[in-house]
Amino acid sequence: MELSEHIKTANVEDVTLRRPFHPALRGTLCVTSHHLLFSDRKDEASWQLLILLKNIDAIEKRAVGSSGTITIKCKDLLVLQLEIPGMEECLNIASSIEALSSLESVTEMYPFFYRPSHLTLNGPWGLSSTEQYYKQTERLWDRWRVSTLNSDYSVCPSYPSAVIMPREVDDDKLIRSARFRQGGRFPVLSYCHHRNGMVIMRSSQPLTGANKKRCKEDELLLQAVIDGSELGYIIDLRSAQQAQQARMTGGGFESKSFYSHWKRIHRHHERGKVVQESLIKLVEACSDPSHSVDRWLSKLENSKWLSHVHSALSTAGLVVECVERDGHSVLVHGSEGTDNTLLVSSLAQLILDPASRTVTGFLCLLEREWIQAGHPFQQRCAHSAYSHARLKQECPIFLLLLDCVWQVWRQFPLALEFSEALLLRLAQEVYASNYGTFLCNSEQERCAAGVKENTHCLFQSLLRPDIEEQYLNPLYEPTDLAIWPSVHPQSLQLWTGLFLRWTEYAQNMEEAREEVWSIVKEHHEQAGPDRTNNTLSTHCDTLTPFENLMDELTIL
Amino acid sequence: MEHIITPKVEYVKLLNRYAEKKSVLGTLYLTATHLIYVEQTNNTRKETWVLHHHIMSVEKLPLTAHGCPLLICCKTFQLLHLLFQRERDCQDVYQSLLRLFQPVKEEELYAFLYNPHQNEEDRRQGWEFINVANDFSRMGLSNDYWEISHLNKDYEICSTYPSILGLPKNVSVATVTGSAKFRSRGRLPVLSYFHKDTKAAICRCSQPLSGLTSRCVEDEQMLQAISQANPNCPFIYVVDTRPKLNAMANRAAGKGYENEDNYSNIRFQFQGIENIHVMRNSLQKLLEVCSVKSPSMSDYLTGLENSGWLRHIKSVMDAGVFLAKAVCEERASVLVHCSDGWDRTAQVCSLSCILLDPYYRTIKGLMVLIEKEWISIGHKFSHRCGHLDTDPKEVSPVFTQFLECVWQLSEQFPCVFEFNERYLIEIHNQVYACQYGNFIGNCQKERLEMRLHEKTFSLWPHLLKNQHLYRNPLYRRSLECTVLRPSTLPLHFKFWCGMYNYYDGGMHPKQSVLDQLLSLTQKQVEGERTMTELQRVRGVMGVVDFVRVERYLTDMMLSPSHPFTAAEGAEPAATEHDLTSSKDKPVSVETEHSKEEVQESS
Repeated sequence: MELSEHIKTANVEDVTLRRPFHPALRGTLCVTSHHLLFSDRKDEASWQLLILLKNIDAIEKRAVGSSGTITIKCKDLLVLQLEIPGMEECLNIASSIEALSSLESVTEMYPFFYRPSHLTLNGPWGLSSTEQYYKQTERLWDRWRVSTLNSDYSVCPSYPSAVIMPREVDDDKLIRSARFRQGGRFPVLSYCHHRNGMVIMRSSQPLTGANKKRCKEDELLLQAVIDGSELGYIIDLRSAQQAQQARMTGGGFESKSFYSHWKRIHRHHERGKVVQESLIKLVEACSDPSHSVDRWLSKLENSKWLSHVHSALSTAGLVVECVERDGHSVLVHGSEGTDNTLLVSSLAQLILDPASRTVTGFLCLLEREWIQAGHPFQQRCAHSAYSHARLKQECPIFLLLLDCVWQVWRQFPLALEFSEALLLRLAQEVYASNYGTFLCNSEQERCAAGVKENTHCLFQSLLRPDIEEQYLNPLYEPTDLAIWPSVHPQSLQLWTGLFLRWTEYAQNMEEAREEVWSIVKEHHEQAGPDRTNNTLSTHCDTLTPFENLMDELTIL
Repeated sequence: MEHIITPKVEYVKLLNRYAEKKSVLGTLYLTATHLIYVEQTNNTRKETWVLHHHIMSVEKLPLTAHGCPLLICCKTFQLLHLLFQRERDCQDVYQSLLRLFQPVKEEELYAFLYNPHQNEEDRRQGWEFINVANDFSRMGLSNDYWEISHLNKDYEICSTYPSILGLPKNVSVATVTGSAKFRSRGRLPVLSYFHKDTKAAICRCSQPLSGLTSRCVEDEQMLQAISQANPNCPFIYVVDTRPKLNAMANRAAGKGYENEDNYSNIRFQFQGIENIHVMRNSLQKLLEVCSVKSPSMSDYLTGLENSGWLRHIKSVMDAGVFLAKAVCEERASVLVHCSDGWDRTAQVCSLSCILLDPYYRTIKGLMVLIEKEWISIGHKFSHRCGHLDTDPKEVSPVFTQFLECVWQLSEQFPCVFEFNERYLIEIHNQVYACQYGNFIGNCQKERLEMRLHEKTFSLWPHLLKNQHLYRNPLYRRSLECTVLRPSTLPLHFKFWCGMYNYYDGGMHPKQSVLDQLLSLTQKQVEGERTMTELQRVRGVMGVVDFVRVERYLTDMMLSPSHPFTAAEGAEPAATEHDLTSSKDKPVSVETEHSKEEVQESS
């Protein structure tokens, strides 16, 4: 069925648009295969609102006399109202939105049709790869290698084609270890600490099952990771009890007797549906019109969102403590190793690694640790906070990551090169985007759908110098130190930038941001032109040398 | 100082609330004005200074195997948990502090012995620096509607009011005195703020002595006069800031609220702000939440909710917003009262002034506002802050709540205040410090009798001198002319970590945008500032200024009444070498703030 067949009424005149904190507008509403377009041409200067249909999380229809009202609730938390004259038109528009906002087939989605004149499809796609990370990280060269055993995605369907493994463990052993781990997600290197060479590994749970099965190769692999040093830490993102229970369904944990050099620490993290419902409750609480402070605080508490933020940052802190302070390597996993595992390992890197705090570095981190590492974006971000659809695999773990990064930024406002605006942009793009970056659930799927050939890359586009400036933190001062955020409840706050994004409050904050920029610019002008260019150019330069190194990889 | 039993105790442990391991050993000194904890390890010397007046309570905890614990809670929300080796020392320090932190007589307050090295002329100018009459002129008084009256010059009409009052033009003496007699403690309706653009006024008073049936013609005339002083609106709002139930209860005691039938053209409103006792208990609960060692997020949020603190802050803000809206949108005058008209009324009037008039959002403007709506019109600072050993039921964080409301506004509007958070915290510390005379006494008459202007110094010139520390670099004069319309949705009311957990540095952002922007703009604006000056600034802002601290110590030692010299056998630790060099008048440690930096930074 052609997409256009879903459109029974393409144009309606005299539609009234209501947005929070703006006067109502009258204009023309237009539905296309991927967009909802509202244009108000009453004044000379026409004003348009273009919404990706995929951004629409839920709609509500209401009849008022002969006309109808559609309330549109977007995944980026914007809520709009359209008053449409004519009941039939209203119903037609509503059913088009319903059908077109929840397309199942990846290749029908907008990124496959987005062809702006300033971008070309021929350029390189993405910023980084396993090979590049390896090449950059000199500390790895001695003991670690890039393995391409997963080049046809047969060993682990959700892993990228290349992974970094200890040199002394050959591919056969890896294949056995993969069979012993859920979804084939065997322990792979996620980060190597520049200061002491300690590593963060991640995986899924071992399939020990009720009979306490073991896998020699998996044990050898982990032994090779710590390479004769006394101790490594396994941070299991489930409570000890949950880990025990997982054995009943074939999962399990690394037992002390078989992994004698590894110390296991359990930290309970909520996952899946619980986190999704937490977001729903929080967003509901934020739009509660009641004026009772008690009610607000009780709803905020009840949503548990900040508790999740708290857990994620605490556990990331624990990983950092192991790696940086105590000098041990760490393996992080929960069950599948595709959600909380990535959350904790990427937060730990942000705290530890100055390189991941630049714009490029951060985007590379997201690319390596989320996109290539196989976070199932399509499943997790199918719906956001407003949808009434029955939840399947939705879970806003990536949003939780962005929130945690925001908390770090709030506590270290000078340490990150990027600004809150970048986090907000990512929060929007992950749910609905012109770009192909967040499509599909794994590299394998992206490969099959031809994402790289047929869509544009968000990260590359964010780094274009004309775009990038708005995402820079004007106060950025790089530091080599680990940036440990405080996890006292008093230190963690509601991310108003996201959750109050569409209120007047956001405008006041925008004024403040502009003021900061103007102070910094004025200062730089006084300090001389040298300094101004400094921050703007550095990360643009870093891209090219990596590309050139690609060919040399086989030698290593 | 006969109250100091032991001026020095060695090997006292200062317990760290968050990390037991980080607890340290040091020496405790008691001076006439401060408790000083000195920790000396190798080459680092760390000092914690606590002004006696900042202490809220001292508590001896049960003996433990490690020693004898003493818990000191401060009005600045600092907590000191000390551990003594000998019970005897603990008891002596406890006894001394009990006597020191709550003096019986006003003359014992720090302000009466503190001299910031000004001469009499400086002192006089300092006290004249902020002048309420000037603010009336700034509003356009006297004009066709309002005038400045000296009827209360001998404090006979109302003993707790200032000598000059803003009253409706041409109101008769009989009306004024009659109205005063019908109001609790004679606190008749007077002008708080006149809004030039709309001609609407905010007036304040105490509750009427209406009981169940009483009425008073003069009081009715007074309200009529207020109404007539506004040509733009045919009615006035009368806002009773109390919950309706409290106001009703007062009627039985012969007090109460205005009966709409007796007054022509008034619109009566309750606002539901709770009384001083509820607020005191709420703060107590809030502080308990703040001091829990490592609460879960749920415990914390539930505790915050149960304290009710933010609910109370919102109720004050709601009332302030109501006033501002009435004035600027309905062009209506408002008469505000609570019971005595010196707590809730002061909060609400001053808050609405800030919402309406950008002047009060400047560094000097806030001083004027505090002088006008709090000090001169009789907010009972001595009682509410518990400066002296008086009735603990009179103590209440009413002024703290006002400062918090201003802070909440600054969080919503980061560019409209000339000052930053530190200014509010510094004012809060100074209110309790009694280092300057401004916040001593309960009303103007009392202050006059104490001859504060002759015996103590004014805080305001001191703050102004340091105003570079308190500047908000984001302040935009262009936004000046706007009336603030804050959102009062509950989610905009945040816990003020910077105030209530001020001394828990670990909870605060590790890097400060404020400092960064201040240093950028400082260089810009004052490029010619000399290096030495800059260093001084930095000393107060973050880096320890040992020289100053030591000089202060030596200075105190030279004074004959000082414990180091008065008490037998007391060794003036590590400062002897400095004795001779302190001939030039020592720069006293200026703020409680800077003392704490001493603790934070090593």
